[in-house]
Amino acid sequence: MSTPISVLLFGITRDLTGQSAVSVPVGEGARVSDLLNQLYQAYPSLSGIRSLLVAVNGEYAETDQLLTSKDEIALIPPVSGG
Amino acid sequence: MISLVTNPIDVASALSYLQTDQAGALDLFLGVVRDNTQERPVDRLEYEAYDRMAIMEMQKIADEAHRRWPILRYTIIHRKGTLLTGEIAVLIGVATAHRADAFEACRYIIDTIKQTVPIWKKEVFTDGEVWVNAHP
Repeated sequence: MSTPISVLLFGITRDLTGQSAVSVPVGEGARVSDLLNQLYQAYPSLSGIRSLLVAVNGEYAETDQLLTSKDEIALIPPVSGG
Repeated sequence: MISLVTNPIDVASALSYLQTDQAGALDLFLGVVRDNTQERPVDRLEYEAYDRMAIMEMQKIADEAHRRWPILRYTIIHRKGTLLTGEIAVLIGVATAHRADAFEACRYIIDTIKQTVPIWKKEVFTDGEVWVNAHP
């Protein structure tokens, strides 16, 4: 049973997908790595980015972190502030 | 004091916020929009942020700087939105008793901001645009 999980997009990921948030269907017990795999499949152009990290509730997440639909999830392309 | 702002950064008020009688050194770093990147003329920069997380990450950096150096006062102000040549994109200010600590803490803060804070910069040229650091 897969539930849609909402992912916020910024910078180049927003330009590549044309959206500021996408809904990704992930299964029960999905981890950050599953979400990334789903995103790369749905949006192959994301693979041209130098690196993609995932933030969960405003904190950088490890690839094995579990996700729930209540989490605020964001895709973090390479940062370039300053 | 940490903030993410859309209006121009007010250097004078940041400086006066930093001043305290115990401080023998005030270090200010200003990151400014330059008119070129690798000799390609830049028309403007567009900064975008994941606001909530950007503030949290900047606070972590400030807390770590506090642990490493005896900081009396600090301020971190980052702009977002569209910035033109000559505008200040980021201001880091550190007040300490002695100058070495102020220089080191200020440098640590700006260097770490560029590595971990979710803020993105798009360079807009007259003939195209590019998200900085996005591609290999």
